[in-house]
This record gives sequence, C-alpha cells and structure tokens, in this order.
Amino acid sequence: MMSSLRDALADGRFAVTAEIGPPRGADPDVVTRKAELLRGWVHAANVTDNQGAHVRMSSLGAAVLALRAGVEPVMQITCRDRNRLALQSDLLSAAALGIPNVLLLTGDHPIHGDHPDGKPVFDLDGVQLVWTARTMRDDHRLLSGRRLTAPPTWTIGAVENPFAPPPGFRAHRLLKKAVAGAEFVQTQFVFDVPRFAAWMSEVRDLGIPERCAVIAGVGPLRSLRVLEHVRDNVPGTHVPDALERRLRGVPSARVDDEGVTACVETIQALREIPGVAGVHVMAFGFEHGIPEILSRSDLDPQEATPEVEPAALPGGVPHAG
Amino acid sequence: MASAKIHASAATHADGPRPFRPRLPGRGAYAGHHVLARRAPTQWLASVVERSPVLMRWFTAGERVSKRELFGCRMCGQCALPTTGYACPMTCPKELRNGPCGGVGADGRCEVHPEQPCVWVVAHERAVRAGHGDDLTRLQRPVDQRLWGQSSWLNYWQGRDEGMWTEPVEGGRDRGSSILRRELGLTPVGR
Repeated sequence: MMSSLRDALADGRFAVTAEIGPPRGADPDVVTRKAELLRGWVHAANVTDNQGAHVRMSSLGAAVLALRAGVEPVMQITCRDRNRLALQSDLLSAAALGIPNVLLLTGDHPIHGDHPDGKPVFDLDGVQLVWTARTMRDDHRLLSGRRLTAPPTWTIGAVENPFAPPPGFRAHRLLKKAVAGAEFVQTQFVFDVPRFAAWMSEVRDLGIPERCAVIAGVGPLRSLRVLEHVRDNVPGTHVPDALERRLRGVPSARVDDEGVTACVETIQALREIPGVAGVHVMAFGFEHGIPEILSRSDLDPQEATPEVEPAALPGGVPHAG
Repeated sequence: MASAKIHASAATHADGPRPFRPRLPGRGAYAGHHVLARRAPTQWLASVVERSPVLMRWFTAGERVSKRELFGCRMCGQCALPTTGYACPMTCPKELRNGPCGGVGADGRCEVHPEQPCVWVVAHERAVRAGHGDDLTRLQRPVDQRLWGQSSWLNYWQGRDEGMWTEPVEGGRDRGSSILRRELGLTPVGR
C-alpha cells in the first residue's frame, strides 16, 4: 500500500503529520473540511479514536473520509473500547479500506471522558497491540495463531511520552514498542526542548531511531486558556514555567501570535536534534493555522508532498518494513 | 451469607483495579520467589494439590489471601510479579503489563486514582533497587482471560505459564531491524 509517510521516513525527509479530530455527529463534511485545510501540507494526518475518551465518529469511518478528501490518514486505534477480537478485525478493515498507516495506543481511561460510567476494556495494552499488528502483517497470523488469508500492509506507529515518570524507563518503554514492531512513534507535546533532547540522547543510545522513526509532537498555545487546559487536563504534558511566563508577559491580544511563534521556534529547534525524523502538529481546532506554522518553520508544501508519486521516483523507494 | 458475599465482591469491582503499594519489601519478595521457585519438590506439591479439588480450593484461597494482603493480588492466574519488582500490574486501572501509560502525573501519581502512586513507578523503583531493572524491558504477552481465579503458583509450578514474557529486549545500534520473528512472534498462551 502506498504510504507517503513511510516513504518520507524511509528517504530521511523530515516528516510532517497533523491531526484530524472526528466530529461529535454524523456530518462527513466536518472531516472533509479539516482534511482540505491540511491537504498538500502534511505527509499524513492522524485520525483520533474517541480522543480523551469522548465519543466521536469512529476513527475508521473518519479515516476513510480523510482518504477520500485526499489526505493520507494515520488511523488511531486504542485498547480502551475494544477487546482483542474487535481490535484485530478493525485492523483488517483498515487495511481493506486502503488506510496505509495505523497508530496503536493504550488510550485514555474512560473516567476522564464523557462516559465515565462505561466499562474500560484494556484487554491488550499498547505494546501488545503493536506486537499483534506486527504479527498479523509479517507473520500473517492472528493472536490465536490462525492464518490470515490476505495479510494487511499498513505502517505501524505508536506513541510515547518522554516527560512522564518514571524518567529512567521512558526510552526503554519506547524500545519495547520498537522491538514489538512500531516503525514510527509520535510523542506527547514537546514544550521543553532541552528535556526532550536529553531523552532523545537516551533514545539514540538504545539505537531506536534506526528501527523506529521518532516524530516529535508540537502545538501552539494560542491563549492562556489553552495553556491552562493543556497544563492541567491533557494527561502527561509538561509546560515549562519559562514558556508560561513568556505567554503571560505579552498583551492579551498578542498571546495568540506569541504562542504560534513559540511553536515555530520549537519546530526549528527540534529539527536540529539528531534522530528527530519529523514533527506531529496538534492544533486544537486551529487546523487552518497549520499551514502558517509549517511555512514559518520552513516546512513548505513542496517539501512535504512531492509532486511525483513517490513510487515513481528514480531508484525507487526502499520499503522500511 | 451468599448475598453478602456477592455484595462484597461487587464492591471490590465497583471502581475497577486500584493501584496497590506492595507491603512486602522488594528484597523479601525476591527471596520468597527463590524459595518457591519451580523445582522437583514444588512441582510434586502442585501435582498432589491438583489431584484433590478440595485441596486445590484451599490452596488457591491461601494464595488469594496472602497475595491480596501483600500485593493487592486480584488472581489473574498468571502472575507477573517476578518481572515487575513485585508491584502488581493488574492493580493498574488499565491493567498494563508492559509499563506505565503516558498519563502518569509529574509527581508519579496514577492519573485515574491520584491518591495512589502509579504501579509502574513503584515497580521501576523496586526492580532497579534490587538490580532487576532489565526485567521491565521484557515483552509481556497478552493476559489469558480464562485463567482469572486460578492459582498462578500451581500454573507456574506445572510449567503452564511458560512464554508469558520474552527475554529483556536490548538496544544497540548494531541490531538494526534484524529482529528474529521466531523469538518474538506472538503465540497463543495458556491451554
């Protein structure tokens, strides 16, 4: 299956991904509109799976809508809402519907969502789900050991939070995911570049970038309200005091611009860190601002999306798997 | 009597698993494992116990009570304690067997039960202190949901839980993507 994200990573081009949050409703145009804002600017866009344990259109449905709108989806699948049977059948459906990338994660606990009365599933954990997907694709087998008639071909992604405790274990946890089969990983928001760089040095020492591309998560804090929300409500994020002081230090009308500038500076700093293969821009309903962030970071669309189909490039493109 | 029992068990499950800080120091737990390791005598004991349903019930009850008091055991029947610094991963609200989620608070608190430390933060401390930090990098296979309520000691002594985890995974630049699939492939566990 053609995956321009896989191709960019395999070629060593700086990868750019963003996020499409499916709507709380059945209107397909919401997804299409968000996709159109990103088309041409990103290699792929994550389609979230009941993000924050809030019910939305499914990531499978919305990923197909994104694909139709010309944006390559990264379909997120969490272990929160499905047992191992449903996880594997959704993975197969994703492949059958032409979704080239999947991002496999444990998922937020329902207690933080809009149905705290629901049953948390967690039949598998994120590492086991990555492992399962790799076994399906490469060994052509289900968890039960039964053979698949036609194996899936997606690129397998995972997530990691470099900033959450225990600090001595986070790089090793990513190593487990890489060994289990993750080919790329997107991180939690990076607001504290020096701390991220220190974690990346551990990641390099473990030889992870050679087997699993690290894509750093970034996002603009465009108001003090967003800053407080991210700091207090997004699990496992760390907003350094210096950034908070910086945003509080400008007149309220300029917080927006200052937040975007800080995000651009973060992207530029991340590009200098060895082993960082790309950025994942999460923009909280600010999808229309993503092109501006990317162009100010010198990540212009020509670089992000080749005019020629990658498979037709001279010399071909190695398959990272 | 019966209804009181049902009520009590419903109460323990009402809000799902809750992080439990082990009451037995790591050193004691590792030493205890040494005593209870699979050897000819323990294997013999397991086969004797399993021949009698009554004995098996009492034995399982003994394991349940002692491990609940020491580790918050919920009787998943496939004990991971020897590889997790003897902090039980099944007391994690997400029952994560491969390490902490990304939502651990900056102070090491569980995101679901902030009054408790994350099980995996405790596991990491205990394992590292005992020189068993590498154990946490083992890939843990999915839980066999059929084994709930069974004695994991009997399953262990009888060798039925083999393959629950891999060897510790190693980093290193030279290893590249040359992962032996046979070594890591997911095979069905349990019977």
